[in-house]
Amino acid sequence: MIHDQARYAREDENVNEPLLSEKGETTVDVTESSPLPDDLTRDNLTLPAPSEPEIARHYTRLSQMNWAIDSGPYPLGSCTMKYNPKFTEDVAADPNAAVHPDRSGRSVQGNIELQYRLQEFLAEIGGMDAVTLQPPAGAAGEFTGILVAKAYHEHHGHDRSEVVIPASAHGTNFATAATAGYDVVELPSGDDGRVDVEALEAAVGEDTAALMLTNPNTVGLFERDIAEIADIVHDAGGLLYYDGANLNALLGRGRPGDMGFDVMHYNVHKTFATPHGGGGPGAGPVGVVDELAEFLPTPHIRETSGKSGYERFEPKNTIGKVHGFAGNWLVLVKTYAYIARLGDSGLADAAAKAVLNANYLAEQIDLDVPHGPFHHEFAATAGDRDAADVAKRMLDFGVHPPTTKWPEMVPEAMLTEPTEIEGRSSLDDLAEAFNLAYADTDETLDTAPNRTAVGRIDQVGAARNPRLSWQALDEE
Amino acid sequence: MSESERGSPYAPHTDAETVAMLEAVGVGDEEALFDIPEDVAFDGEFGIDSRTEREIRGECSRIFARNDDLVEFLGRGHYGHYVPSVVDHLSDRAEFLTSYTQYQPEISQGFLQALFEYQSMLVELTGLPIANCSMYDAATALGEAAMLADRVRATSGDVVLVPEQLREGKRAVLANYCAGAELTVESYPMADGTADVDALADRVGDDVVMVYAESPTVRGCIEERLAAIGDLASETNALFTLGSDVVSLAVLEEPAGVGADVVVGEAGALGLPTAYGMGLGIFACSDDFLRQVPGRLVGASEDTRGDRAFTLTLQTREQHIRKERATSNICTNQAWVALRAAIHAASLGPSGLVDLANDCVREAESLAERIDELSGAVAPVHDRYHLREFTVRVDQPAAAIAADLESEGYAVHVISDHLLQVCVTDLNVGEVDGLVAAFEEVI
Repeated sequence: MIHDQARYAREDENVNEPLLSEKGETTVDVTESSPLPDDLTRDNLTLPAPSEPEIARHYTRLSQMNWAIDSGPYPLGSCTMKYNPKFTEDVAADPNAAVHPDRSGRSVQGNIELQYRLQEFLAEIGGMDAVTLQPPAGAAGEFTGILVAKAYHEHHGHDRSEVVIPASAHGTNFATAATAGYDVVELPSGDDGRVDVEALEAAVGEDTAALMLTNPNTVGLFERDIAEIADIVHDAGGLLYYDGANLNALLGRGRPGDMGFDVMHYNVHKTFATPHGGGGPGAGPVGVVDELAEFLPTPHIRETSGKSGYERFEPKNTIGKVHGFAGNWLVLVKTYAYIARLGDSGLADAAAKAVLNANYLAEQIDLDVPHGPFHHEFAATAGDRDAADVAKRMLDFGVHPPTTKWPEMVPEAMLTEPTEIEGRSSLDDLAEAFNLAYADTDETLDTAPNRTAVGRIDQVGAARNPRLSWQALDEE
Repeated sequence: MSESERGSPYAPHTDAETVAMLEAVGVGDEEALFDIPEDVAFDGEFGIDSRTEREIRGECSRIFARNDDLVEFLGRGHYGHYVPSVVDHLSDRAEFLTSYTQYQPEISQGFLQALFEYQSMLVELTGLPIANCSMYDAATALGEAAMLADRVRATSGDVVLVPEQLREGKRAVLANYCAGAELTVESYPMADGTADVDALADRVGDDVVMVYAESPTVRGCIEERLAAIGDLASETNALFTLGSDVVSLAVLEEPAGVGADVVVGEAGALGLPTAYGMGLGIFACSDDFLRQVPGRLVGASEDTRGDRAFTLTLQTREQHIRKERATSNICTNQAWVALRAAIHAASLGPSGLVDLANDCVREAESLAERIDELSGAVAPVHDRYHLREFTVRVDQPAAAIAADLESEGYAVHVISDHLLQVCVTDLNVGEVDGLVAAFEEVI
């Protein structure tokens, strides 16, 4: 089992794609051509000026040096790399939808209707009463949700300074709470990998603004005590925040709203298969219960009173805005198309097959999985091997490895999420890659990968001597 | 079995495979895999019918056809320029579009190099040595700049000073970022479309952590005294953040040259079509803030063979490692849009980019002159150089004129009772005659 990634071999020479700047730069005089006075302009501009054929070859070559879900398995735990249906791109490319955000509401009824329909879809799926589409990514959704919670407390005269977060949560939860001005109270994980209810009781109190919880949690376990957890937080006067990173496991079988959550965000690239684009754009819609709807960002969308159309409006005690305009529109259109394609039965089946795949894969690998029963993802442990090294070796077998060394509650964790899109034979290949890498010699693991476009990269050197532009490389 | 009962079309399992896999796991059915207590389980329905691809394309196409077909002369932070086909075709390659963040750099060199090149283009355009590989949009980038100002503060103050004329959404987003850091946003006055530098000089002081200025301003005026604003900020140890956009930067004086510590703004003017406000946030800064930058940075390094290779770097700034002490909560950004902007910039080359910006200056001036000739309208309102857009003072109520223009097939901004704003780019410049005629009709 071996895979070579787009490698050119010419003796010992580096034949990787040159930078655009190395193919030639051109300097143009700006003062000469500009209608502006010289003191308002720059003197000149120096940038690459490749021809279109050169551009096509440059980016095509770069694409060949890049792994993607269309290349093969991409089981990054917590990241949910699903196949992105092609037709959603065509739906989003409709020229009639390419309008400016400052258009009058009456002149863009189509876009507003789609926003309304998506708000309704998401509210149903999450068991929420109202949904805003404005946050441009999951972390922005967290920020929005926590700002809404903060506005709610301030509106009711509550002075609360803390947000409680389990140690196993995504890093964004901690950073979000801090950005919103809250002190973070970290909740240690229980021995079973779930929230320790007694520790929670001790942690929450009159300073608690909210508990941020991921369910199933970041090792795939459902927080079975969720009803009790909700009571504890609510009794203390706090709100319950649902991190939607793992909602894909629950589709059709559990809704945050029914579990007592007051506010949540949806990660549309994870749950609804919008393409991740190598790091974004995403979208992080936020759902809330009725009591919080008046604090949502502005503008919000509703049906007109006569139900003859749709309109924008400002919620009564809005937090204002979290994006300059209406968020990542093109991503939201793809979200709508995906949900409509799957419908009730497809969404429930996506969750079921994602959970089946994770369980099947865990059965086929030689690594231990300390916590269960897990759902759509599991945290295997590489034991006395270095999880990062095992991952690097897996690259040589034509699969992307899992998330490594996180969450920290599992030593040498390999957090694995195959999603529903892999079939049995693909999972068998993935398991073989796991097992071959796990059993390989120390020497091989230390030097892997060997068959990727470049060899193992010096991370320490990159950070110690930062070179963040081609200008910086030229200075060397 | 009907389509609606078939389950996810993107899960490849045959019934026989499902059964075999369930057996391998040791359970009888899929339900047994779920560990959800009954009292919180959901057994209802969303009521969402599954449709075919063709049905959804038809449905969405009918919905979007309800948008009126107007010629837009709209800007104020979101700009439509022609996007060459090469941008769509290359960025749509699945190896780019369907990849994740480059956590395994050895197998993600292509995207990393493309982002490194994007960062380098921003370094050239801003003159600043560090540019990250994107924020969500100009408004959130401005919010992040205020957070950076708070972290690196050399003064004890809590005030972020912004121009009186600022896009309302941008101010609202900034206020939300500032609230958590207990910063307050205050405005400084403007005089005839640009900063009132004397008033700003009176206002700056120990209580100010950041001074923000824009060029072009939200009304399209080119700010003429940026260096003076930069000096005022620097004299009082406040951070100087400059807002601009990627096309304007091709011709306007380099931010580094006027003392900008941070540059924020929109780069979506390249690479993105008009997209209902979706953007691409620029964040560039001086070397002093290398370890305080929000968001992702791609750096060059070497692999074991000694060849150049790229990787995400300085990740100890980021939330997945530093948690509540991270420089920002941002994780997913706008990477694919940055790729598109870089392809667009490469396709234009420096002369194409400069020509595009110069045209934005010339066309705005020319359209303003034509509108100014009409009785009942003054344009541009501000006696300044403009890029892309300008305001128009009208004798009649602005909202009524805008509504009448809309019936004639044109969209413009309403700023206040008697103020409109008009934006011209390469996309709508061919429709200028029609707009002027419509103006004449309704004014």
